[in-house]
Amino acid sequence: MITVTIDGKKIQVEEGTTILKASEKLDIKIPTLCYHPLIEPYAACRVCLVEVNLKGKTELMTSCNTKVQEGMEIQTASPRALQSRRLNVEMLLARAPAAEPVQRLARDLGIEKPRFPIKDPTEKCILCGLCVRACEQVVGACAISFIDRGIERKVMPPFGEPSEACIGCTACAHFCPTGAISYEDKYGRKVIHEELYLGPSTAIRVPIRQAVPMVPFIDEKACIHFKTGNCQLCAKVCERQAINHEMEDEIVEIEVGSIIMATGFKPFDARRIPAYGYGRLPNVITALEFEHLVNASGPTGGKILMTNGQEPKSVGIVHCVGSRDEHYNEYCSRICCMYSLKFAHLIKEKTEADIYDFYIDMRCFGKGYEEFYHRLLEEGTKFIRGRVAEITDLALTKEEEGKLIIRVEDTLLGVVRRVPVDMVILATGIEPSVDHNQIAKIFNISCSQDMFFLERHPKLAPVSSFSDGIFLAGCCQGPKDIPDTVAQAGAAAAEALALADKGVFALEPVTAEINEELCSGCQICVGLCPFNAITYDREKDISIVNDALCKGCGTCVAACPSGAAQQRHFRDKQIMAEIEGILLL
Amino acid sequence: MSNGSFEPRLVGFLCNWCSYTGADLAGTARMVYAPNIRIIRVMCSGRVDSQFVLKAFREGADGVLISGCHPGDCHYQEGNYKALRRYKLLVRMLEQLGIEKERCRLAWVSASEGARFQQIVNEFTDQIRRLGPLNFRFDGGSHEQA
Repeated sequence: MITVTIDGKKIQVEEGTTILKASEKLDIKIPTLCYHPLIEPYAACRVCLVEVNLKGKTELMTSCNTKVQEGMEIQTASPRALQSRRLNVEMLLARAPAAEPVQRLARDLGIEKPRFPIKDPTEKCILCGLCVRACEQVVGACAISFIDRGIERKVMPPFGEPSEACIGCTACAHFCPTGAISYEDKYGRKVIHEELYLGPSTAIRVPIRQAVPMVPFIDEKACIHFKTGNCQLCAKVCERQAINHEMEDEIVEIEVGSIIMATGFKPFDARRIPAYGYGRLPNVITALEFEHLVNASGPTGGKILMTNGQEPKSVGIVHCVGSRDEHYNEYCSRICCMYSLKFAHLIKEKTEADIYDFYIDMRCFGKGYEEFYHRLLEEGTKFIRGRVAEITDLALTKEEEGKLIIRVEDTLLGVVRRVPVDMVILATGIEPSVDHNQIAKIFNISCSQDMFFLERHPKLAPVSSFSDGIFLAGCCQGPKDIPDTVAQAGAAAAEALALADKGVFALEPVTAEINEELCSGCQICVGLCPFNAITYDREKDISIVNDALCKGCGTCVAACPSGAAQQRHFRDKQIMAEIEGILLL
Repeated sequence: MSNGSFEPRLVGFLCNWCSYTGADLAGTARMVYAPNIRIIRVMCSGRVDSQFVLKAFREGADGVLISGCHPGDCHYQEGNYKALRRYKLLVRMLEQLGIEKERCRLAWVSASEGARFQQIVNEFTDQIRRLGPLNFRFDGGSHEQA
């Protein structure tokens, strides 16, 4: 322990403590600008100067980075210290007259106007470099640094351009003592420069605004901690200490009695239809993107805007993108008609735009759906019956210039039309989820022709799969809307519960049995059984079927050379008789 | 008897989970296929004893179709592989007995492939029709139809 005197008060502190920290313990305030407890002190601003007397020698020292020594006598507000501090602040004020903390310090020290020339009255940066050190030490990104020298010196990313190293974490802005670095709250996150809008998003975030549970997660690929081992700022500021960077994904094995498959779907990738220009033409967006756009907590706050920031004057909605098309998916995705009508309604509500709805057939099958369609008809949405052939920006007439032109055969009028619009929404259909095939393999679930999971029977067992105890719910079984999904999920849950509630399970009665008298103990059947249901009894020299394990495939029966193995309900005798019977005529 | 009027009699052993369901689908979807096939349901194509096939030929069948799940899709994990093994041996034996190996066919049909089942049955019927009747009844009788 080291004993020092600060402003006449004695205090004992640990070795290595800085003067600033020792003063804090005595509640003596020393003004600082470039100091932050999370970052190594650098003593750039020279505001924290104090007068230190050690062994009869008096010196001015920066308190933030000077460590205490035995017998130090420190005066935090001696006339000499104050005079130097005043001069330093005066110079800082001349450099950064718009920085509020500097103005405040100047006022406290009795400076009205700096005597030095002011170069830029809007300047806020005092060139303390705290942001540079934060980016390097805390974040580990090293995206910004000082460039140039002397009066030209400034803080910037390399060449003054948005740096690829920047992760958009805004740590620099948070650490900046004078507010010289600003950011905006946009797209549901902090945006530090416009060009990084769609760059890597902040590593710790809530997946979507409506997420359940409303809990942030750490994106390992974007998190700087997993790249440099630094940062962990989130953990440092979390008062509940809820963040643990050591946690890893783990595979948990859970034993269950039944499984409900609800693995969902993926939206059709509109890029697969090049004629619609998605990804190539601006303002051609998919249904999900429109949903994001029109969301009140979305990027535009719910305003329907084009990429140039203006409201569209006309919008085309294209139905059946990727559905009811033998080139892509033959089936109807069932949800697109209704959400398209919803979109048309929302656009009508929020803008003055003309709405063109291109449909093949209007499939409004649910409760109240047809009525909604009629409401849209009355609202003035223009419905054009026909599959859209192409969306292009190639104008043929003057009024088409700068617009997206939808080429379509109007099958009710029997003419090919060109409809110029400002924005096109593609009503993309539903497809089986990405890893559908793998999941089907793992759970031994069959798929129907459209590749969705196959139910055991469309009417008698619509939520069961062919494997006992595995049930299906939602779009993994086929495209369906939310009410249908909820209904099916309820049924699947009830089926699973019924199984659990009963506590007993009825086996198929078609299991194999072995006639002890006929069995020669050859054990051919033992190796054939995929379920290890047959064991060999050494004493009796026969094979024995475990009824609980036997699933009743009959492979052992077909292989038994002595006819000792028989399958109940599918005995050799029975099948032979069947063969005779069907070939009688 | 001319080939034009010969209607072969076929026996199909279909597995309960894939092919039988596929045939059922073909039926419920009202797909029309050759009525020559007579179907026997077994739980798994692995249940099909080679004796069944021989028995069918003996009882007057002109062709036998064994159908199970696609490889990897077997409800009993590997019954269809066992069926494949048996089938390979069986056709060799059939040839030795003087029965064309084309008269016995193994096909994979999944539960969703009603159309495939229709196509396979039609193809197989045509094939057997071209081969003509088998006339294999051990009692010396023939099933020639008027």
